[in-house]
Amino acid sequence: MSDKNPHYVAPHEELDEVQIDQVKLSDRKSTLWLDAWRDLRRRPLFYVALAIVILITLMALFPTWFTDVMPRDAELAKSNMPPEPGHPLGFTRQGEDIWSRIVYGASTSLSVGLITVAITAVLGIPMGAIAGFFGGWVDSLLSRIGDIFFSLPYFLAAVVVMTVLSDYRNVWVISLAIGGFAWATLARIVRAEVLQVKQQEYVQASTSLGRSRMSTLINHVLPNSITPAIAYLTLALGAAIVAEATLSFLGIGLPNTIMSWGNDISQASITVRTAPMPLIYPSLALIITVLAFTILGELVRDALDPKARARR
Amino acid sequence: MLRYILRRLLQAIPVFFGTTFLLYFMVFSMPGDPILAMFGDRTPNEALYNQLVAQYNLDQPFVVQYLLYMKDLFTGNLGVTFSGRSVNEVFADAFPVTLMLVTMAVIFEFILAAGLGLISGLRAGKFSDQLNLVVALVLNSIPAFVAMFFAQYFIALGLGWAPVTVGANATWSTMWLPALTIALTLYVVGMRLMRGSVIEARSADYVRTAYAKGLTSKRVVPVHVARNSLIPVVTNTAASFGALIAGTTVTEGIFNIPGIGKVLYDAIIGGEGPTIVSFVTILTIMYIIVNILVDLLYAVLDPRIRYV
Repeated sequence: MSDKNPHYVAPHEELDEVQIDQVKLSDRKSTLWLDAWRDLRRRPLFYVALAIVILITLMALFPTWFTDVMPRDAELAKSNMPPEPGHPLGFTRQGEDIWSRIVYGASTSLSVGLITVAITAVLGIPMGAIAGFFGGWVDSLLSRIGDIFFSLPYFLAAVVVMTVLSDYRNVWVISLAIGGFAWATLARIVRAEVLQVKQQEYVQASTSLGRSRMSTLINHVLPNSITPAIAYLTLALGAAIVAEATLSFLGIGLPNTIMSWGNDISQASITVRTAPMPLIYPSLALIITVLAFTILGELVRDALDPKARARR
Repeated sequence: MLRYILRRLLQAIPVFFGTTFLLYFMVFSMPGDPILAMFGDRTPNEALYNQLVAQYNLDQPFVVQYLLYMKDLFTGNLGVTFSGRSVNEVFADAFPVTLMLVTMAVIFEFILAAGLGLISGLRAGKFSDQLNLVVALVLNSIPAFVAMFFAQYFIALGLGWAPVTVGANATWSTMWLPALTIALTLYVVGMRLMRGSVIEARSADYVRTAYAKGLTSKRVVPVHVARNSLIPVVTNTAASFGALIAGTTVTEGIFNIPGIGKVLYDAIIGGEGPTIVSFVTILTIMYIIVNILVDLLYAVLDPRIRYV
């Protein structure tokens, strides 16, 4: 053999396979979640919404960082009085500090929101996933049950539950009353997504490699069909906070012994015409919180949807 | 089409029995005495207690109770409210008012969604589009009862443009403010649908053809772009009609509008458990009926979808 070895095939550097060697394992991986995260970090609104959510969370966990005044300290002489030093937002009809009540009320709103969302997820995700993945009579049965809950306006159902359970009004019961009827929408979303995902080849591969159907569902189908559910749940968190405040406003939510923005708005509504501020401030707290979760949910949904990202 | 209508109606039957059963189950098989529970902190006197036991057939087994309750529902015998008037009578008085309020709200919602959605779609990505979306999202985040108080305080009381409360005189001219407030908190979904389909229509072949044959945008936008984009807005508005029929409790309570929502509001505030149950049942049934009609409307409006 001579040194001038003629090439009967293209040299290695010119082959497509060379690209395989060029992939560095240390390179940044591009997954749906990483892409979504990079997308979110480029949007200023995301930081605004996140800052509000963190602020509300801190208020809920450490109210004393934000105020020294006790929310139940009532000085009737200061009923509906304007702000004064140490009391930046003035006083309620009972002479309590409005700012302090907003700070201490945050934990109620946030815990109702989180517990409701947890209940919605625990009921909705398995119902939708099992219905979509197993199909057949299981799907028919679960979907019909879902239809029934879907056709019951969840606010009205919560009104009935809270009326009947009037002796047990607390954060857990109100969350169950809201979440117990709000899961049907989530189940529909998850079912639709699972129906698409289960056609994928990796799902067939998983079953043909001998994984059980249930294991395939949990390990391969569910992780790939969970993204719309996450966006929905973020939006649902805001909706749950509104539902709690509305039920409390109607007097069938949380009892007055529990600090809640809805209760404060309800109390202030009696004297709204002469003293609007005790109503306006907790309302603003409610609006800002709901808006933050709505924006967060919208952005997360857009970021997790590659089609929506391509459209921008 | 006829087959689709029939199938849709058949599907509604289990839903109808399911929802009523669920409501009935929640009220009457909770732990403890259901009648005492319905009264909350108060205790009904013995005569009223016995009357309610008889009305809900609580001496019978649970399934029999439910079937008798369904019989009452179908024969229109829903008992009386605490003021002594029959539920039917109260409903007949209140329903037209709610219908008027909701119709007005839905018309406002449609105009806002279609108008602002068209503007946003034509200027997609520009500043006015972004502003439109942000404003709609903010309005959407205001809980209904807060929005009602703000409208009442700032517009009715502050500016004096509308009556502060409606009262017995519920007409189009007194109810525009609550109707508009409902619409403002709701139009975001419809607006986005409109925006999306306008963006899609702008690059559609038939729009390019229309421009190519020499039409100006004065004619293309209303005739070719807007009209074809309206279908999703119409169905979305119709869907919110159903949600509103069942969801005007807070609005009617705050503005003192004598509709079904106000009856429910008063029953909730006054702790009238049996009235709450009756009206929630009625509202749920109406919600189901309106949703069937919306589905049928969708089938009629969109000929591209084939129903088998």
